Amino acid sequence: MKKFNTIIFVFLLILTSWNTASAQDEDLLNLLGEEKPRREITKNAFKSTRVINSQSMEFLSPGTMDFIILHRFGQISEGMGNFFGLDQASMRMALDFGIMQNLMVGIGRSTYKKELDAFIKYAPIRQSTGVNNFPATIAISAGTTLNTLPWSDPARKNYFTSRLAYYTQVIIGRKFNQNISLQLSPTMVHNNLVASQSTPNDVFASTLGGRVKVSKRMALTFDYTYVISGIDKTLYKDPLSFGLDIETGGHVFQLHFSNSTGMNERAFITETTGSWDKAEIRFGFNLSRMFQIKKQKESAEK
Amino acid sequence: MKKLILSILAFLLINVGYAQDKYFTKNGSIIFDATTSTSPEKVSAINKSVACVLDTKTGNIQFSVLMQGFEFEQALMREHFHENYLESEKFPKSIFKGQISNSSAINYGKNGTYDVSVKGQMLMHGITKPLEAKGKLIVNNGKISVAANFSILLADYQVLVPRLVGDKVGKNATIKVDCVLQVLNN
Repeated sequence: MKKFNTIIFVFLLILTSWNTASAQDEDLLNLLGEEKPRREITKNAFKSTRVINSQSMEFLSPGTMDFIILHRFGQISEGMGNFFGLDQASMRMALDFGIMQNLMVGIGRSTYKKELDAFIKYAPIRQSTGVNNFPATIAISAGTTLNTLPWSDPARKNYFTSRLAYYTQVIIGRKFNQNISLQLSPTMVHNNLVASQSTPNDVFASTLGGRVKVSKRMALTFDYTYVISGIDKTLYKDPLSFGLDIETGGHVFQLHFSNSTGMNERAFITETTGSWDKAEIRFGFNLSRMFQIKKQKESAEK
Repeated sequence: MKKLILSILAFLLINVGYAQDKYFTKNGSIIFDATTSTSPEKVSAINKSVACVLDTKTGNIQFSVLMQGFEFEQALMREHFHENYLESEKFPKSIFKGQISNSSAINYGKNGTYDVSVKGQMLMHGITKPLEAKGKLIVNNGKISVAANFSILLADYQVLVPRLVGDKVGKNATIKVDCVLQVLNN
C-alpha cells in the first residue's frame, strides 16, 4: 500500500510540475490553437486588367470603375519626318467595371476603324491559397466589336451584322511568385464579313503574356499572339509587344512598344501589319485611372 | 500520506484554476489610420478579426493580426496597402507581445476601469520594434475590455511612403485597438 501511495505521489508531482510549466508558457497565442488557413485569392498577378494588348487574368474589384486611355503612335520606322511616329496617334478609350470578384465588363471605342467594342470577363476558377486552393486562374472572356466606318461599297446590299465581329477566349494564368506571372489564352475571333471568299471567317490564335516585377511599383511585361490559322501571314503579322508598367497612387501607366495598332482583340489579332524586323513598331501607352463608384465591403465569398 | 496526496490534489486544482486566469478573443478590432490633414480621401482600414490573449496572472498580453483582414473603403487602396506597403503575402501577420506594467494593481475579479500601460515588442512587416502604449482596461461581469490608442512611425517598420502620395498618406499611423476578452477554457 505504501508503495502504491508513493507511486501516486510521484505521479501527482509530475502532473503538478507539468501543469505549472504550461501555465508559464510564453506564447499565449498558441493557446488559441492553429487558425484555419483562410482561402485567399491570389491577386496582383498583373498590375492591370490588360497585359499590354491582351486581357490579363486580373479583375477589377467589385464597385470600381477603371477609365483607360490607350494610345498607339505611328511607326518608329517613319523616322524623323514623323518624329518617329509620335506625330500620329490612334487611341482607344475604355470604361471597365468590376461587378464581382470574378466578373467584369467593359466598353471601348477605338480610332482605328471607328470601332466600338464591349466585353465580359468571368473567372469560374481563381488562383488561391489556403483551403480549397487552386494553382491557376481560369477565366473566360467574350466580346464583340462594331465597325462604324461608312460602308466601303455602299452600292451593294449591306447588312448591319456585317459590321460585327466576335471573340471568345480562355485565359489560363498563374502568378508563380511575387515577381513572375504567366498566362496563356487561346482565342477565337469570328468576323461576320471578310475581305474575300477565300478568307476564312474564323481566326484561331493563342496569346502568351507575362510580367516580371522589377520593383514594388514597376514591372516588365510582354505579350505575344501566335495566330494559328485564319489570316494571310504575308500581309498580317503576329502581334508582339514589350512594355513597362509603372504604378503611382491611383494610376497605372503602361508604356510599351508593339507592332500592332489595334487595341481590341479583333483588331490586334487579325489586323496587325507591322513587322518587328523592319522596325515597324509603335510606341504606345495605356493610362488607367481607377474610381471607386461603390463603397467597398469585404465580400463574404471567403 | 493521505493528507499529502490531498494537499497535492488541492494544489493541482489551483493549478488547473490558472487556466481561468487567461482571457481571449478572436474577433477584436483594430483601426488603422494614416490620413493626412490635406488628404481628400480617408486612408484608413479596420480589421475585425484580431486575436488577443491576456494572462491576468502575469499581465502578459499578446495580439495577432492577420494583415489580409484589413478592410478599406476603396478597393485600390486595399490593394496598394497589401501589395506596395505592407507586403502582406510576404508578411501575413503582425504580432505584439507585451506586458501590462501595472497588472498587479488590477483586480480582475471585480468590475472596474483601470488606466493601463503596456510595454512590449511589435512585429510588423518583418520588423520587430519595442512599443509602449497607454490604454484602458475595463472589467465587466467576467469580461475584460482592452482599448488603446497609439501612433507608430511607418518608417520604423520599413513601410515607405513615396513622396508622390505624401499629401495623402502620413508618415505616422494611428492604431486604435479595441478587444473584448472572455475567459479561455482549455
